[in-house]
Amino acid sequence: MRLQRTVRLTQLAALTLALMIAGTGCKKKIAAAPPAPAPTPVKVAEAPKPKPAITFSGDPLSIVRGDAVTLRWSVQNSDAVTIEPGVGTVAASGSRQVYPTTATTYVLRASGPGGTETASVSISVSAPSAPPPAAAPGVTEDVTRALERLVKDAYFGYDSAEIREDARATLQRNSDGLKEIFGKFANSTVIVEGHCDERGSAEYNLGLGERRANAAREFLVQLGVSGDKLKSVTYGKERPVCSDATEACYQQNRRAHFAAGQ
Amino acid sequence: MNKYLLLPVLLASLAAQQADIRLSIIRPDRPTIALPDLRGTGEAQPLMNGINSKIFSEIEQAAVLKIAPKGLYPLTVPQQPSDFKAPTVGPNRQPLSQGPWLTDWSGAPVNSNYLAFGYATVQSGRLALFGWLYDVTQKDTQNAQVFGKVYFGTLNEDGAKKVALEFAADILARFGGKSLAGSRVFFVSDRSGAKEIWSMDYDGANQKQMTFYRSTCISPAISKDNTKIAFTRIGAGNPSIMVHTTDSGRKLNFSNPQATMNATPDFTPDGNQIVFSSTLGGSPANLYVSGADGGGIRRLTSVRSIEVEPKVNPKSGNEIVFVSGRSGKAQLYRMNLDGTDIERLTDGRGEASNPSWHPDGQFVAFSWTAGLEPGNWSIFVMDVASKKYVQLTTGARSENPAWGPDGRHLVFSRTVGRQVQLYSILADGSQLKQLTFTGSNEKPAWTH
Repeated sequence: MRLQRTVRLTQLAALTLALMIAGTGCKKKIAAAPPAPAPTPVKVAEAPKPKPAITFSGDPLSIVRGDAVTLRWSVQNSDAVTIEPGVGTVAASGSRQVYPTTATTYVLRASGPGGTETASVSISVSAPSAPPPAAAPGVTEDVTRALERLVKDAYFGYDSAEIREDARATLQRNSDGLKEIFGKFANSTVIVEGHCDERGSAEYNLGLGERRANAAREFLVQLGVSGDKLKSVTYGKERPVCSDATEACYQQNRRAHFAAGQ
Repeated sequence: MNKYLLLPVLLASLAAQQADIRLSIIRPDRPTIALPDLRGTGEAQPLMNGINSKIFSEIEQAAVLKIAPKGLYPLTVPQQPSDFKAPTVGPNRQPLSQGPWLTDWSGAPVNSNYLAFGYATVQSGRLALFGWLYDVTQKDTQNAQVFGKVYFGTLNEDGAKKVALEFAADILARFGGKSLAGSRVFFVSDRSGAKEIWSMDYDGANQKQMTFYRSTCISPAISKDNTKIAFTRIGAGNPSIMVHTTDSGRKLNFSNPQATMNATPDFTPDGNQIVFSSTLGGSPANLYVSGADGGGIRRLTSVRSIEVEPKVNPKSGNEIVFVSGRSGKAQLYRMNLDGTDIERLTDGRGEASNPSWHPDGQFVAFSWTAGLEPGNWSIFVMDVASKKYVQLTTGARSENPAWGPDGRHLVFSRTVGRQVQLYSILADGSQLKQLTFTGSNEKPAWTH
């Protein structure tokens, strides 16, 4: 186990080193990425703007469905970084846990004054050894896709489960989305997950995540969403979406998140 | 102006109360022992380095004795009682030394109270360690001998470790010390890819994975007889309580109540009950007690605030400390197991979490942000009756203290950068030692 980790770290270090040596060159490191845009004409006196340099990795690259993959990235010379599918706009460097349910290629796109570069990481996903629950995977995926489109995370203040103004607006929109989803997928359920930032104790945060999930669920039920179809779960601070020690990142983690039920 | 006058008085009283707690756990006036290197004959000889360093580290770590510095020892070291030669008196009544004597060790510059000495040899193919403990402040060797014993082991490094530990344990037992040898620390590690329960020896050796859930397991607690471990598992669904055996890791029956959260379990000292946090009666989580299999559940608290981490007094069995948000931010509280006499222990500042009872049932170690920003956790020790406390760690984020069975050491987690690792520390803040190095490691529980 230790050997594997060392090897992986060495590869990562070598990759980072290679990128550093490549410097501002436009050498792409992942073959699957689309071609680099043609160099734009520049005035003679002006030095060419450096292209974004990307380090992007996934660990592990192969999982059993339900397991987490940690995406890690570091981008230079870029002012806009996005990771798709499902992650969206991110900081120039960071890490994120994702739970792909099918084979997924995550594409990181970095744009800056020097152009746009992309890098991708492909994750292969195998079925768990136990047979999946009878609910067809197709249904779950469709609900998942509908949730991504119609339902957003609701955010909370530190050590609080109070529904703020911004969360109120989000949950109001979510209630329409959830009603649409439950209308379309008759047997579907949705899990309201309560999450916390990393500063409190893991134990107290279990209670706080429970309170957040419960508060969001109750609010939705008051707006007419069927309580039978909404289950609440606490993950405390065990499944952060963002791992930087900044308030922006803490805020992303203090959330009620909506996932398809089994 | 008054504010400035008050401050020094406050600081002085804080310093005084800190000294009180420190004194009662690690006494500064403990006796001194001299530990000269033992020598070995024949095939025992190559094992002596291991034996001597093990005896030294055991005595040093137990912190019930001070060790006289080796550089001050006399050149002639006795190996058995007959090596001592009482001095005779010369014509002018001056003492005439005949050889090694007790005063070589009790007088300057060694100034020791005790001397451990002996030798190792091979008897019938086995390692034999002859060990004596002398009170060198006595007048003669008859009165000086505290004990003399022979310890047998296999003629290899395992045997050397065994005889050294036994000799050290016999010495420590004379001073109320308890060896940590044989004790284990259970903890949470993510090095397999998910947070699972692992265990290791008290010194970090022999690290082994115990659970294979491939999901998040946190907050382990060990029964007082060391046979069972309870923890919180966050699987695909709601957090639930798991109980396993500590030796083989076999899962035992515990039926979780139908609730969105059942978490942070602890055993009563008799092992017949488990206290935990649950949303059985609705949100938020409050405290409950049940039988060891989850049956006969009874509600302990009923408040509209989060309550977690009930920990049962290991001595009395009828008192718990726990974490509650009933006055705002998370604070430490105590109450009787029947729900009476609730009292807040911390003063309301910051957030407090992770209580762990000292084996004597008098002190509690816990983590607290005190007056600092959220997330800046340090380890504190409090005398529960008086609420006097002392801060053990500063600087890096430190959490989840757990007392060792000797009542003198703690193990806790410390965050450096993004890495969380386990450390042990003596209750006076000395002997800081890193125990884990691979992955992130947290939430230790020490066998009793």
